[in-house]
Amino acid sequence: MRGPISWARDPWRKPRLLMFSTWVYLAWSLIPVVFAILISFTAGRSSASMNGFSFQYWHGAPGGDPQGSLFTDPALHSAIYQTIWLSVTTMFIAVPLGVAFAIALDRWRGRPAAGANFLMLVSFVVPEIIIGVALYLFFTHVFTPFRTLGTTPQIIGLVAFQISYPVIVVRARLLSIGPEFEEAAMDLGAPPRAALGRILLPLLYPAIFASFALVFADVVDDFVTVRYLSSNGSETLSVKIYESLHGTPSPEYNAAVTLLLGITVVGGIIIYLAYRRISKGRTGGGAIEFAGGI
Amino acid sequence: MVQAVQSPREERRAARRRAKAQRKEHGAWYPRWYWPSFATPGTLYLLIFFVIPLYVVIALAFGTVDRYTNPIPVYQPWYWSGLYMSQVLNAAIGDNRFVYLRTFIYIITASVLCVGISYTVAYYITRFGQKRRGFYLALLVSPFFISYLMRMLAWNNLLASNGYINKILGWIPLAPHNVAWQTGNQLTIVLGLIYGYVPYMVLPLYGFLDRIQTSLLEAGKDLGASSVRTFFRVTLPLSKQAILAGIVIVTLPMFGDYYTHNLLGLSPATSMIGNLLDDAKGSGLGSDSRVASLCLVIMILMLLPMAYYLYSTNKELKER
Repeated sequence: MRGPISWARDPWRKPRLLMFSTWVYLAWSLIPVVFAILISFTAGRSSASMNGFSFQYWHGAPGGDPQGSLFTDPALHSAIYQTIWLSVTTMFIAVPLGVAFAIALDRWRGRPAAGANFLMLVSFVVPEIIIGVALYLFFTHVFTPFRTLGTTPQIIGLVAFQISYPVIVVRARLLSIGPEFEEAAMDLGAPPRAALGRILLPLLYPAIFASFALVFADVVDDFVTVRYLSSNGSETLSVKIYESLHGTPSPEYNAAVTLLLGITVVGGIIIYLAYRRISKGRTGGGAIEFAGGI
Repeated sequence: MVQAVQSPREERRAARRRAKAQRKEHGAWYPRWYWPSFATPGTLYLLIFFVIPLYVVIALAFGTVDRYTNPIPVYQPWYWSGLYMSQVLNAAIGDNRFVYLRTFIYIITASVLCVGISYTVAYYITRFGQKRRGFYLALLVSPFFISYLMRMLAWNNLLASNGYINKILGWIPLAPHNVAWQTGNQLTIVLGLIYGYVPYMVLPLYGFLDRIQTSLLEAGKDLGASSVRTFFRVTLPLSKQAILAGIVIVTLPMFGDYYTHNLLGLSPATSMIGNLLDDAKGSGLGSDSRVASLCLVIMILMLLPMAYYLYSTNKELKER
């Protein structure tokens, strides 16, 4: 056995303390979530502990009250559709806008470019509540074609908040690609537009699809902007969960947040399959490239 | 040799020709509007749906009321009145002073602890992660895809008075028993903030530490420094900027955070500035003006960290 001092001085000792803390961190960050999923399958009434196993908070107890469980509660049906509708629409508006923005910021120099970059970065770091409240005041006091809040204002607000994410992800990728490939294509006689569409865009696919996944996941989870801009009937599932959590917790909400996670995961898988399909036959196309985009 | 005298017009033409030739030599030539046109839709969008709403916030914060005391925005700065703003500021040094103070203490404590946690984790994974790096990264990224609601609800369940945390504490002798986590416990909120925001710091820190060249660390060791000394003299000074940037990234959203408190505690003893704003909405007459004024106050409080963030990202882009 060695003494503790010689152990501490050994430069080749394994970093056990660091390893231990890292594993504690990872456990701490994920185990509560696993626990929350488990609770949704409880048979008891309390959401603080697991009592038996049942699907009653998902699909209702036989002969029980339709309210209080996720799929039988009619109020939650429209919320689930609204969640999916908002996230898909926002994704298809925000990502193209952001990708074009990122390419421009990578190429365009000068004062106006610095201004556009500044604008984008500010919209990235401003807390969501500020954007939500500002748009709420904007839609109720000034821009009033949609006198009532609802789906359209929600999408407008979500795009305004999300637009900076694809810009940042795609721009990081652009920095690592560099201008060489495009220049080579143009040296070989490709006109600029072809160099952009056939060389640069495929190189950006991992970042673009990662942005799709990121924006989709973020909108599914959003309960700030959506809540401030929602009217009666246009609440999403996350807004409903947020508002009901003020009351007494029930395992029904555990089922609801698990469903949110499920929507995110399914959306991510669909986006990943689309990525695989579109980048087929090219180098890369693997899961690691895709994750690298994030 | 006598140079031919050119008229200014000819000179300009010649300059343009030269510039064009130069651009051709460098590969591509694009019309001047080409790249700006890519940024136009996004910029216009942000101008209309981000900048103008922020101006509406200012106009309402300094606005007036009509006969029915409905707030009216005032867009001309020379007609602004400071009525609502002064109410909010008076409350900030009066009734609400503890809310502001508490928010600052929470933010500072949480971000300092975030640095400690995320630096340890990021350092271990970059230096010793080796083959399992992809696995670790997947675990680090996963919180981004798990909703904030879910992560807070999980703690809400665990910290309930008859929840598992209290049960575990019950088994440990000398540990406090039956802790009231959810009724005004400061620790709960700080831990909740850390839990919510630490993933946003781990990932950028990892990205930065990964870029530090190992040759620098080897040089440190070759020159006779122990690994601890190498860490303190080489790695840590190199990552100073990344740490500051990480602090800003987690601090800024905390200024507007109201949901952590609402999801974990909901006791007035632990409310934050964000809660003042959230509670002000729909709180009776003139609420929109109060909301706007609070929005403005939060923006002003954030100004310094935000300026630092913009400055450091610009600097980093120029260095690359």
